[in-house]
Amino acid sequence: MTSELKTEHITINMGPQHPSTHGVIRFVIKTDGEIIHECDPDVGYLHRGIEKIAESVTWQGFVPFTDRVDYLASMNANWAYCMAVEEMLGTEVPERAEYIRVIAGELNRISSHLVAIGAADMDMGAITPFVQLLREREYINDLLEMICGARLTYNYYSIGGVNYDLPEGFSIKVMGFLDHFEVAVEQMHRLVTYNQIFINRFANVAAVSPEMAMDYNFVGPNLRGSGVKYDVRRNKPYSIYDKLDFEIPIGTASVGTLGDCYDRYFVRVEEIRESVKILRQCLQQIPEGEIQAKVKNAIKPPVGHKYIRTETPRGDTGYFIYSDGKTSPSRLKIRTGSFTGMSIIPELARNIFIADLVAVIGSLDIVAPELDR
Amino acid sequence: MNLLTDTLGMTEFWANVVIMLIVCTIVFAVFALMSGITSWAERRIAGRMQSRYGCNRVGPQGILQFVADAVKLILKEDLIPDGADRFLYKITPYLCLMGVLATLVVLPLGSRAMMVADLNVGVLYFISITSIVVIGILMAGWSSNNKWSLLGGMRSAAQIVSYEIPVAMSLLTPILIAGSLSVGDLLDSQGWLPWEWTAFQTPFSALAFFVFFIGSLAEGNRTPFDLPEAESELVSGFNTEYSGFRFAVFFMAEYGNVFLIGLSTTALFLGGPNLPGFLQGNPFLSVAVMMLKTIFIMFVVIWLRWTLPRFRIDQLMDLSWKYLLPCALIAFFGQSVFMLVAHQIPAITQITSIVVFIVFLLIMIKFIGRIRTNYKEQSIPVGLN
Repeated sequence: MTSELKTEHITINMGPQHPSTHGVIRFVIKTDGEIIHECDPDVGYLHRGIEKIAESVTWQGFVPFTDRVDYLASMNANWAYCMAVEEMLGTEVPERAEYIRVIAGELNRISSHLVAIGAADMDMGAITPFVQLLREREYINDLLEMICGARLTYNYYSIGGVNYDLPEGFSIKVMGFLDHFEVAVEQMHRLVTYNQIFINRFANVAAVSPEMAMDYNFVGPNLRGSGVKYDVRRNKPYSIYDKLDFEIPIGTASVGTLGDCYDRYFVRVEEIRESVKILRQCLQQIPEGEIQAKVKNAIKPPVGHKYIRTETPRGDTGYFIYSDGKTSPSRLKIRTGSFTGMSIIPELARNIFIADLVAVIGSLDIVAPELDR
Repeated sequence: MNLLTDTLGMTEFWANVVIMLIVCTIVFAVFALMSGITSWAERRIAGRMQSRYGCNRVGPQGILQFVADAVKLILKEDLIPDGADRFLYKITPYLCLMGVLATLVVLPLGSRAMMVADLNVGVLYFISITSIVVIGILMAGWSSNNKWSLLGGMRSAAQIVSYEIPVAMSLLTPILIAGSLSVGDLLDSQGWLPWEWTAFQTPFSALAFFVFFIGSLAEGNRTPFDLPEAESELVSGFNTEYSGFRFAVFFMAEYGNVFLIGLSTTALFLGGPNLPGFLQGNPFLSVAVMMLKTIFIMFVVIWLRWTLPRFRIDQLMDLSWKYLLPCALIAFFGQSVFMLVAHQIPAITQITSIVVFIVFLLIMIKFIGRIRTNYKEQSIPVGLN
């Protein structure tokens, strides 16, 4: 007379409103108590049809929309789109403008990584590092406000250059900030990166082998966290990156297995240091001159298509543009890093704890608007 | 007592009831005030650590913020979710609060005379009554009809039940030293000098103190053990569905728990309200000493919360069963053996306690040195604009 106790998995909705999904994303998870059996990411809650909007605005008019693709790194998104259009037109960007673009882009990369790291810390229950990192990000916002007047969606790059020249004394202020910032990063390390509890939570969790990372088309810091040394800035240099001296940090399995959450986290920290290096070089080398190439008011690129890749904080961002010679793009497609990062979650989230899923999302640095566009 | 029986003509039984009611009101008032002030202190300290102000609008330095919060919560609608187990849902917050409040019966707010009841099995009572909280949390998780709440409740049950064992084991060490289960005797077994406190009596009692402190953090659901209400994982866990007054009661129980951690650690390990001989028994001074130590421990608890990340459930269990429980057992057996040896050579006790205290001081000096290094190496704020 034995009767098995009937057990069933619970289906839980994580999101669309959940503090650690970093925006409006939904995960349908089937769990056995704390252990996840199946996780199904459900995207599209933030879809705004930005790619479709491109077809009805002018070429210049689309630049502010790229800000909204990735609000944490809108400089880099501007940059990718402007570069794609410039390639189609065959415009030469003045050297000073290129330097300004790198400075603004790298400052924005630092601020984006600060949010990524801080949010990962907060998901692990450490709230203080998040607030302290946001304080540092405020300084960067102040700096970017000096050059373009905006703090989040900048609309700073224009087709053929940048909209405004650097204000007077800007480089001194950035240098002052960098001196302060390098020490602040060390302080953050002492507070959280080398904290044993934090290491326990991140090391050996959801390791992605290099092969798996490439199979799933990982890009940017996530790919490098798995130990693959690939960075568009180095491997397919654009702008002035071939003139600059910087390292490509990769995951080294310093405390756990290669490609675990800690590696992905640490690669971002290292990238911040490299960005600081790049900024120092740019500020020393920046030449005088024009900031805007001659571009007609009504741009009509020749018929054809172009695909441009740039390295944004969330990895390899591509803009595919198809022009039929009119005043607006005929088709525009944006390829983003968050989306590929998302595709691996069902694979990684098998047989891990709910708390680990939070760590995985945090370490992949998924930003919802970039995911859905 | 005499006043009540003689002038008002009460029987002894009713006089006792009246006195008990008065004492309970005082204790409850102190508790409610302390838990409110703790919530204010926590927010101010957190603000300080995070380069922001914290609440500073209501009253001087924002100290009346908790009153404003409580008024707001009481005025709010008391929602009961569809499909909730209405009866359990309604009584749960009071069960939690009761578990926390009932502990105060055996803990002194001042000297030994200032206890509600000096039970002869006080420590046993203290250990067992705190378990009521876990039933409350489990019921809250179950009756809310919310899967996240349920997960929070289950986590909490697993956590508190596991941590109760090392905490109870670690309390055996002070019981050995005092030779009694009564909290009053435990207070009397300690002196006013730091090396006369139970925590620094022997290396083993120091270990027991450590285990007890960590275990009570876990029992009080404080970071790094705040899994039942993990904000970023479980959306505040077992109390997600509660609103209005019932939430206020949960809130009070939570912050009251911080006060309790402070009070119990002070009374059982840190010398309690003991004063130098000629001042012994002075009620005001003993309350002051007790409260100062309690507030310091509460500060440490808050400090930990805003510094450390959170454990994962399996790591939490590992810590309890693989490390804290053996530590507590070692402390117990070590202390027993030590007392057998020290029984023959009385001087040993004195010397050991002073040595342990000096070691503790050295650790503190090292720690303060690290804080100083941190201050020296902190970055200078930049003035942009």
